[in-house]
Amino acid sequence: MLKDHAKIMHAIAASNEIIGRKKLQKMIYIAKKIDYPFHEKFAFHFYGPYSEELTLRIEELCNMGFLNEVREKKGGYFQYRYTLTESGAEFLNLNEVSMPHLEDCLEHMNSQSARFLELVSTVLYFDNLSKEEVAEKIFTLKSKQRYTEEEINQAYEYITQLKHKARTH
Amino acid sequence: MAYSSEKLSEEKVFKDPVHRYIHVQDRLIWDLIGTREFQRLRRIKQLGTTYLTFHGAEHSRFNHSLGVYEIVRRISDDVFKGRKEWNDDDRLLALCAALLHDLGHGPFSHSFEKVFNLDHENFTKEIILGDTQVNKVLQRAGEDFPRKVEEIIAKTSKNKLVVSLISSQIDADRMDYLQRDAYFTGVSYGHFDMERILRVMRPREDQVVIKQSGMHAVEDYIMSRYQMYWQVYFHPVTRSAEVILTKILHRAKDLYEANYKFKHEPIHFYSLFKGEMTVNDYIKLDEAIILYYFQMWQEEEDDILRDLACRFLDRNLFKYTEFDPAKEYKKLTQLSELFEKAGIDPEYYLVVDSSSDLPYDFYRPGEEEERLPIHLQLKNGDIRELSRESSIVDAISGKRRTDHKLYYPANVIYDDRNHPQIKRQIRELLELE
Repeated sequence: MLKDHAKIMHAIAASNEIIGRKKLQKMIYIAKKIDYPFHEKFAFHFYGPYSEELTLRIEELCNMGFLNEVREKKGGYFQYRYTLTESGAEFLNLNEVSMPHLEDCLEHMNSQSARFLELVSTVLYFDNLSKEEVAEKIFTLKSKQRYTEEEINQAYEYITQLKHKARTH
Repeated sequence: MAYSSEKLSEEKVFKDPVHRYIHVQDRLIWDLIGTREFQRLRRIKQLGTTYLTFHGAEHSRFNHSLGVYEIVRRISDDVFKGRKEWNDDDRLLALCAALLHDLGHGPFSHSFEKVFNLDHENFTKEIILGDTQVNKVLQRAGEDFPRKVEEIIAKTSKNKLVVSLISSQIDADRMDYLQRDAYFTGVSYGHFDMERILRVMRPREDQVVIKQSGMHAVEDYIMSRYQMYWQVYFHPVTRSAEVILTKILHRAKDLYEANYKFKHEPIHFYSLFKGEMTVNDYIKLDEAIILYYFQMWQEEEDDILRDLACRFLDRNLFKYTEFDPAKEYKKLTQLSELFEKAGIDPEYYLVVDSSSDLPYDFYRPGEEEERLPIHLQLKNGDIRELSRESSIVDAISGKRRTDHKLYYPANVIYDDRNHPQIKRQIRELLELE
């Protein structure tokens, strides 16, 4: 019951805090793609893989008082900072979640920029395509982000590292 | 003559209760309709378990797919044709994507996807790109054509205008399903002036926009969508049937993993249970197959599987009560413990189900929202986001409505032949006494 809610709370607790909705979306998507059992459905949107279900779950958790959402002004726009509340921690204690090595993976992802995670998640979204085809997709669909070939290579390397981290410690 | 421009010697028409007629002139479209993967959609209901609430809702994904095709055909042939922003070479691409957009839907998709971690969008892609009849037909229009169609449906195409025809906050998919579902359920919501909306749609470089004069028709469409979600799609009785269906699949999977010996071997489920579902296995699945197993499982030794299968087929559904997870999650834990004490497995018989909808939303720079807003084209050619012109739409923009319900088997809770005291406590907690 409410297991999927508990998993998201566990991910946020393990990350200590997550700044930015885009970052949160991409972190959960990447974790899902490296086989952590998140069940939110993702589809391709403006910034890459995006889950309406995850957005909803986060809103619910905020309404339940389990997550703290702080709206902060950054430059010309707003961003959101997510942390677990005390009652969230209490709930999580009652609903234990076990996802080995997830904390390390999330910590690693959390230290990256949202822009880079957007690239990594897009590479993972097109994991059935060759590297050349993926690069072409990124240059076409994400032309505004101006990703370089070097960054795409870094994304591939990053995915390998992360998968290794998820399996072993 | 190139296959992609080949026309039928005579136009074919399908009689349709929503659009009156569905017109097919292109050989390619006609051939796609005849493929086994498309014909399979006749055996998958558009609204899953809704027929247990609204008995008329027996229409299929086949009906809906033809409907979406017809709407896009009319936009392309009657409204966009000849406009400089519209490339007529995209016509067939748009028609194929419209026709095939739901190709990967399986029987009772929502429950199957949840239990077996599947994604119908992936199957749509695999059917279009794999070794299938649909792929062979599309290939005849060009080696790269299946890929182009798939990219439109997956929203990964650079052709944003065609993507927005099939998938946006005002698209052919929604315009068909709202009207079709209203017709078959018999409700009076879901009606709006589609003719008017089609007439005021205009192609732009990266999306379809609406002439300002059509704003009120769009307001009506958004309101009818809102009502359909809460009156039909999220109906609590339909959700009860879906909860039971999901739990049947869960139980069957759990039993398989525990090496349970089924009386009737669920051979069609094996690749699902093992997580090795291939496209070939997938397209063999339809509602007749699933309901066959439910019939068989009524005779299984396992009490839970047998009971749930009987409940679904006999429409002996779970009852529900309003539930506020924020305030009542501790009560849920208490109930779960009491259910266990009473010998009722809470994993299968105490279920929280949530529904939520955001009727309309607009893009806020920097906020990382992901919905493409509806844009109005003003008289001077400028573009303006809908909620900035319409106070009705502004009032509901970005406002999500969520509903949580707690489902339980009332007949078991009221049966005091065993554990009467615990059951009384359960009833008190559920506020039934």
